[in-house]
Amino acid sequence: MNMLYFLYIEFLAKYNIPQWFGDITFYFIPGIIIFFALLVVILFLVLIERKLLGWFTQRKGPNRVGLWGVLQTVADALKLLCKENITPDKSNKVLFNLAPILIFLPVIPILGIIPYSSEFTFVNLRTNMLIFIVFASLPVLCILLGGWASNNKYSLIGAVRNIAQILAFELPMAFTLIGIAALASSINLSDITLAQNNANGVVGWFIIPNIIGFIIMFICTLAELNRCPFDLPEAESELICGYNTEYSGMRFAMFYLSEYSMLFANTLFISVLFLGGYLSPFGKYLAPILLPESIGNVAIYFEQAFWLILKSFLIIFIVIWVRATLPRMASFDLLKFSWCWLLPISILNLFFIIILKCGGLCA
Amino acid sequence: MNNSRLKLNLGPQHPSTHGVLRLVLDLNGEKITACEPDVGYLHRGMEKMAEKLSYIQYLPLVDRIDYLAGFFYSELFCRSIENALEIELSNRIKAIRVMLLELNRIASHLLWIGAFLMDLGAVSPFFYAFRERELILQYFEKISGQRMMNNYFVFGGLRHDIFDLDDVEEILRILPEKIIDYENIITENPIFIQRTAQKGILEASDAINYGITGVNLRTSGFNFDLRKTDKLYDGYEFDTVVLENKDSWGRYKARVLEIKESIKIVAQAVANIKTNTIYEATKIKPVNLTIPEGEYCSEIEAPRGLASCFIISDGNKAPYRLKWRTGSYYAVNLLRKLLVGTYINDAIAIAGSLDIILPEVDK
Repeated sequence: MNMLYFLYIEFLAKYNIPQWFGDITFYFIPGIIIFFALLVVILFLVLIERKLLGWFTQRKGPNRVGLWGVLQTVADALKLLCKENITPDKSNKVLFNLAPILIFLPVIPILGIIPYSSEFTFVNLRTNMLIFIVFASLPVLCILLGGWASNNKYSLIGAVRNIAQILAFELPMAFTLIGIAALASSINLSDITLAQNNANGVVGWFIIPNIIGFIIMFICTLAELNRCPFDLPEAESELICGYNTEYSGMRFAMFYLSEYSMLFANTLFISVLFLGGYLSPFGKYLAPILLPESIGNVAIYFEQAFWLILKSFLIIFIVIWVRATLPRMASFDLLKFSWCWLLPISILNLFFIIILKCGGLCA
Repeated sequence: MNNSRLKLNLGPQHPSTHGVLRLVLDLNGEKITACEPDVGYLHRGMEKMAEKLSYIQYLPLVDRIDYLAGFFYSELFCRSIENALEIELSNRIKAIRVMLLELNRIASHLLWIGAFLMDLGAVSPFFYAFRERELILQYFEKISGQRMMNNYFVFGGLRHDIFDLDDVEEILRILPEKIIDYENIITENPIFIQRTAQKGILEASDAINYGITGVNLRTSGFNFDLRKTDKLYDGYEFDTVVLENKDSWGRYKARVLEIKESIKIVAQAVANIKTNTIYEATKIKPVNLTIPEGEYCSEIEAPRGLASCFIISDGNKAPYRLKWRTGSYYAVNLLRKLLVGTYINDAIAIAGSLDIILPEVDK
């Protein structure tokens, strides 16, 4: 990170721009880079989800716009841009317009704290796991805002459901995260990644001692993202479209984009916690072996990012697979499932992890 | 005492009211305290039209009473006229009619399975069910030129003899395997059981009081299947599916079992068609057809319960009065009772499980 800072200052100095300007703007650059990288990833994610769903349900999926339908999402986004933005009568107009803007913001800090490679984290704070906990549950507030401000009964029911759902799933998730912190003796994501380093690759990953935690975390993430089978807030067969029933055009697209970007951010986070983050599954990096030494030492960082994103896409694949297979849970059963099963199991799992750690059975 | 906090207008434009059903729900939280079904958005005046049109002009319309089970209503109307004119059908025609009716029942139940799972939030079974239904519809198209509103039965026979049984044998070969697939993905799915078991319990006495027939009645443990006494089905070996579950899950299971029974009947019908090779239809002049003065009633076990056609003739070219009895109409009335005390997402599942088809309700 420091290296990047000096490179930036040097670059500005070439054009006689003073250093104080560089000091201020430097902290905006990661945000801008993340934002545009995210847009590309989302476009790809939406396409992949539709292609996979098509595959699961014996259809072709989008295959008309561009080669193999790669431009389908772009076409959809353009269509949504051209649509009229309708603000319902008697709605709270300020909050109604604010919600879709706010909902897109929390994802950027989350992507900022992920260690993409051993040398590259945008914001490497000592306690950045806490940042995730705070920002990952922020979209809920925006959903409540939008659902309440729409002045629509379906939206309101969807928003209230979402609040109940997040409250129920936040606690088991927190207990799982504490388990990870205990295993790694740190709540810094870079340290957590390094704690999983092992000469034999997969063996060192926290998914091995903490498989129950991984499953709980996966379920909680599904709930937090409102993905099937926990997509109650936007259950289309019950609540039309839930909290975003009244939204149209670009505002609807913002909700949609935020959903996919949160999916990406959350799966990256799970990969860091359980699947060894940027570490290679073979224990050794392939780049120095396959490539000549001069390129290989730099390519190692790209390989690390590749492993991280590959792991996150594997989880995304499972998420989509679950969506294609399972029906939606009922809201009452969902709360019961979380409070009566997930929470006790996650607490027991935490004790188990602590015993493992104290007994020195894992690193 | 009115303890409702929210009045929710579910429909007529709602994704899971299967057409244009409007339910006015009184909600307390998400709990339904009262339900008022409102029908008539798809009323086409089927009964009044009969009084103005000649019999042969009315024949193509009867398929449209229930577009998912068109053959049954054709059969009913033809049978009323055949009763009036005292026409005896030849064995081949009877066997062909049985085969088409049962194929139509399979298609209707398949669509129901897909739509019901869609109501519960599972997307894939919808496509799987449509894939198999497509085979049947393609066969219908091959013999009658139409996929759904076939208009293939005429008074005293068929529009023409069938010429191909290979497709039916193909369907008979494929369907049982596919039904095993459905059972694997749906029947024992824990979320599916959670959503449907012990939900929407319908006692046999209530079912009879509300005039419920068909699968819904048989799932309440009451053995009533008109096919057992129907002359058309003489000599066919099949079991009536009677379950004691009384809940939504039972209604799903019963329909799956009924598909299996229908497959048996179709196989026997195919054998019958092969042995009776001579096609002889009673020649009647359809133009200016009149039937003797009197009252003629015919009944049949349609996919959505007992259906009957009652004609009062005064000897003219058009009936004096014609009355249809359809199964779904009574099921809609039952919602008043079944939905009270349930939650919204259960309500959608219960309403879906009754297999309500709106054109059949409104006529």
